[in-house]
Order: sequence, then structure tokens, then C-alpha cells
Amino acid sequence: MKLGYYPGCSLKGTSIEYKESVKAVCKAFDIELVEIPDWNCCGATAAHNLNKELSLSLPARILALAEREGLTDIVVPCAACYNRLSVVQYELNEHKDLRNRVIEIIEMPYKGTSTVLNVVQLIQKYMVDKLQYKLVKPFNYKAACYYGCLLVRPHNVLNFDRVENPQSMDDIIRQIGGTPIDWEYKVECCGAGMSVSRTDLVAKLSGKIIKDADDRGAECFIVACPMCHSNLDMRRPDINKYLDKNVDSPVLYIIQAIGLAVGLSEKELGLQRHFVPVNLPERPKSIETFDPFLATQSKGE
Amino acid sequence: MSSAHVVHKKGSLMEEMLDQRHLTVQKCYQCGKCSAGCPVSEDMDYPPSVIMRLVQTESKANEDKALRSMTTWLCVTCETCATRCPMEIDIPGVMDFLRERSLQKGITNPGAKNIISFHKSFLDSIKQTGRLFELGLVAEYKLRSLQMGQDVNLVPSMLSRGKLHFIPEVIKGRKNMLSIFKKTLKKGGKK
Repeated sequence: MKLGYYPGCSLKGTSIEYKESVKAVCKAFDIELVEIPDWNCCGATAAHNLNKELSLSLPARILALAEREGLTDIVVPCAACYNRLSVVQYELNEHKDLRNRVIEIIEMPYKGTSTVLNVVQLIQKYMVDKLQYKLVKPFNYKAACYYGCLLVRPHNVLNFDRVENPQSMDDIIRQIGGTPIDWEYKVECCGAGMSVSRTDLVAKLSGKIIKDADDRGAECFIVACPMCHSNLDMRRPDINKYLDKNVDSPVLYIIQAIGLAVGLSEKELGLQRHFVPVNLPERPKSIETFDPFLATQSKGE
Repeated sequence: MSSAHVVHKKGSLMEEMLDQRHLTVQKCYQCGKCSAGCPVSEDMDYPPSVIMRLVQTESKANEDKALRSMTTWLCVTCETCATRCPMEIDIPGVMDFLRERSLQKGITNPGAKNIISFHKSFLDSIKQTGRLFELGLVAEYKLRSLQMGQDVNLVPSMLSRGKLHFIPEVIKGRKNMLSIFKKTLKKGGKK
């Protein structure tokens, strides 16, 4: 199985463990990721905050490069990049005037026909069916699945999962033997791109998220976005100071949880690169008695 | 467009937003759902629904208040407001428009200095190489914002975790990138 792949800048830099774990788990599931050649930054928050045309053109160039290579399905693990690519494709399909202007700017042919997949969709589409054969070490922990903003909103564009109480990651966690908690801050904002320019705001917003999950007994956080990860993980000292409490539950990318469950090593998944140490206790769960199919059927809602 | 019957005052922000960005501020009926759900509204000078109202009045003085507000810069584009708006107004899109316009006019809120410095440093970094060079971004941000000491304590632990990279990745299509920046940001007035 070959899929197009847009890593984006975070995965090449501070979120290197996200890249390592996506690649390692894809390899374990026989998925080959074909990187879009000569890709550029999607522009992230900075571009759409300062200049609309730039914020449309940067992702359009990436999509145009993918089209040129004949890559129809593009895996975009970073939720922010996934959001920008999806929103731009939608806007350019909706509004001919914007589309014509952007084609003029990027000087490349652009059709807008790509299928952009986030990491949860990658798991749902290409991994979930095979989980029952590959599961060697059930992820037997109480997990707070944290979706944040960019994976689920704007709903009319992304059309992914339920918008106020999404379930896709919760389902996946059940399927690998974990127990997702029911909590209030699943889709609240962590402060995102303010991590450097307004760390105080990030400590407050992320602090509320951490506190709610901790109050409800979560042993770990499950995320799908490098910004959510770095805010909950790297900014933990600021968060704990804001909360006046020491919360030490680790933050894992959902793909890392899958990796652990199918028997990949902590090093292959880059867990040693996290700031909050990933010291989950050994807690075996008999695989014979664990049926991932039944696990999804028994969910509460 | 369903709102074509609405007559806007010539040259008002509301008219420009509709014409250029398909943004339908005129549909807001002040239910306040956006302000209620906004994670940063308590830190803003005007909550989002008030910004909408200021723009709706189409008076220069009120438009000026919206453009000079801290609200637009604190907005984290989490899209919660847009999700809950009963009139399906793209409120974050309105914030983007106001930010961009306040930059062009050089009337950004003084409190937003660091936030804007960060965004500008970010764009400068990708303009040069095509991809974000995080170390370069932080260095430039420090120079722009004069926040020299911030986060230096993170450096050793980032290094030991292999998270800091010293050589920027440069794409082949650099010329293409420079031309994209030239065609878009040039109109943006002051840089």
C-alpha cells in the first residue's frame, strides 16, 4: 500500500518523535509513505493571521505538487497542516475568484481533487481491521483522548467525527485495550500557536485541560497534533505552576499508543524524546479474553 | 449570495468583507454564543460578538475600535465560535480580515507586539527556505521582541531529546516561494 505523505515542518523539527512513530507504525502495517517532493510549509497560523492570499497559496502549492506526482491520498499527521490543506482545498473549490487568483500566484496547475487524511483517518482506514491480528500488548490504561481544535473544526469543511464530543480516538483506544475517560475538555483549545508569544495564556488554557482529565483519573493523554503535544508536554512546568499542582501523566500521540500495542519499542516510537517521562506501569491484559470487536460494541453512548 | 439584498454603506469594512472574502457579518443577531464559548474572551478587550456589532454599525469610529482591538490578536482561531454560530458566520475569517487590515493601516494594538513579532519571524523563516527553521524563528523572534531570556532553560533539554536542528532545510522551489511572497505580501503595506 502506497500513500502520499506531507510531514510538515513540526515533524522535521521539534516533533521528530511524531515522524518516527508514524513511519515505524506504517512500516509495521506495510504502508509505504511517499513524501510529496519539494514540499513547503503550509503557512500555519502566521500566514492566515497576516495575509489571506499567502495563507491560500502556500497550501495550494503543496496540493499542486501532490497532483503533479499523481498522489491522490495524502496522509498529513500534523493536525494543523491537515486543517490548512483541507480548508484551503475547500475554499478554492467553493470560490472560483479565489482559485483563479491563487493559480496566478503559484504559477502551477491546480485541480483541488486530493483526499487529505489526518492520522486518525489513516488508522481507521488502513490499520483498524488488522489490529486484532497484530495486537501483542494491550494498551491497558485510562486515557484522556484530546482532540483539540484543528482535527474537528470547522466541521462543515473537515466533516470528520462529531464536533462537540468526538469519538474516533476513543474507539481506537478501546480497540487496543484501553479505557477512554468521559471528560469535558476534549475539544477545547490548548493555546496553540501562542506557545512562545503568550506562554501565560497557554499555561491557563492547557492547565484547564490537564486538570479536568486528571480530576477524572486519566493516566495519560492521547493526542493527534504536534502543537497540542508540545503545549501539554513541553509546557507542563508552566501548566503545573498555574495549577499549583504536580500532574505527571504523559502525553502520547495516538500512533504511539498503537505502536506500543503492536509491540514496537519505546525507542522506535521516540517516547524517550518527550518532556514528561512516559513511565506507564506494566499492566498486562490477557489477549485471549480481549476482543477488540467487542470492545467497540460495548461503548457507553 | 443569499445576503445580496443587504445594502452596505460604500467602503465600509462590512461591505469589503462580503465582497472580498464572502464573510456575512450582517447576519449576526447578537445571540452571544461566540463570546460564551470563546476560550480567550475573558482576556479580550471586546468579546467576539461585540466586534461583530462594532463592524455592523458601519461607523468609522466603531470600525476603528475593532481594528485597534486586542481581541483579533488574542483569537487563537480555534473555530469554536464558527461551529456554534446559528447564522454560520465565519467569525475567525472576520478576525483574519481585521488583523490583516490593521497591519496594513499600521494601527495594530500595542499589546499585540510580541504576537505579531512571532508571526512575522515565522513567515520570514519560510520565505527564505520554504520550510520553517525553528531555531532561526526563535532567534529572529527574540531580536524582534527583545525577549532574549525567554525559554533559554529549555535549550539543554531540547538538545538532549534531539529536538533542535541546526541546519535549515532548503527547498528547490525557493524562487517559486519568493515569488509567492512577493505577489501576496507586497500589497500588505508595512512589513
